[in-house]
Amino acid sequence: MTDVAQALHAFRRDGDGTALCAAVPFLTFLGVGFAVREGHVLGHLPFRDTNVGNPALPALHGGALGAVLEATAIAEILWSSEALVIPKTINLTVDYLRSARPVDTWARGIITKHGRRVINVRAEAWQDDPSEPVATATAHFLVLAD
Amino acid sequence: MTDPTPLEARRALIQQFFTRVPHNIALGILIEDLPADGGVMRLPYAPHLVGNPHTGVIHGGVITALIDATCGAAVFMALHQPVPVATLDLRIDYLRAARAGLDVLAHAHCYKVTSNVAFVRCEAYHAEEPDAFIATGAGAFMVGTKRGTIRPAEAT
Repeated sequence: MTDVAQALHAFRRDGDGTALCAAVPFLTFLGVGFAVREGHVLGHLPFRDTNVGNPALPALHGGALGAVLEATAIAEILWSSEALVIPKTINLTVDYLRSARPVDTWARGIITKHGRRVINVRAEAWQDDPSEPVATATAHFLVLAD
Repeated sequence: MTDPTPLEARRALIQQFFTRVPHNIALGILIEDLPADGGVMRLPYAPHLVGNPHTGVIHGGVITALIDATCGAAVFMALHQPVPVATLDLRIDYLRAARAGLDVLAHAHCYKVTSNVAFVRCEAYHAEEPDAFIATGAGAFMVGTKRGTIRPAEAT
């Protein structure tokens, strides 16, 4: 097995996303991590200077928030669905609700519809208080083998 | 009613602001062109942007950041007064995978500005294949924030 296949296998078996994130350069660059809590994936975007989008406020970049929402949604599919292929993102809509402060951010995804070809996921990202998300997203993923 | 900020002054403000955004710098995003009501940015291919280590294709999240940054610049170019803008929402359609090793260009056009909200569309593509879009984006931005207008000290 390749590194990525092994990391994927380890994540689906143990719910530990360390190897998976280490195998994907862009997730490593952002600092994204995954763990499974209470049966669902909890995504983590640590605060890093390189994730700042507005140095005057300061606030995190919308792209970094979008990336952790998308990555957490994919991880939730890998963890909780029977789909054996890596989901391909069809589209992603992010609502930016609040300015994301320069602190750690957390994310989770909920599968709203698991179709034969497409999975719909709602995801949200928050900082201190899960009831006050800084951003939410809806995304569609294709889960058909090539 | 104050006179609109001239095009060149708006370009200069974006150049100054953009080069101070840590995430844009870390991704390597470059300003290619700032037409009136629009923006064109270039994302040079780089190993730390890869999402699929087998194919070397860059991560979708990188495209999201590129489109967000390009849309923000396009909105700012469309404003007659330099006030801060903030992304309200952004939808990205991923039409096909980017090609490994090639730069990605994003071209955004702000087609409507109201007193509170600006609407913008964006396409991402390779310069080598300008008609084969990698992704398209559509966003709405809030115009002006509670922080008010950009002070000259913040813009330089």
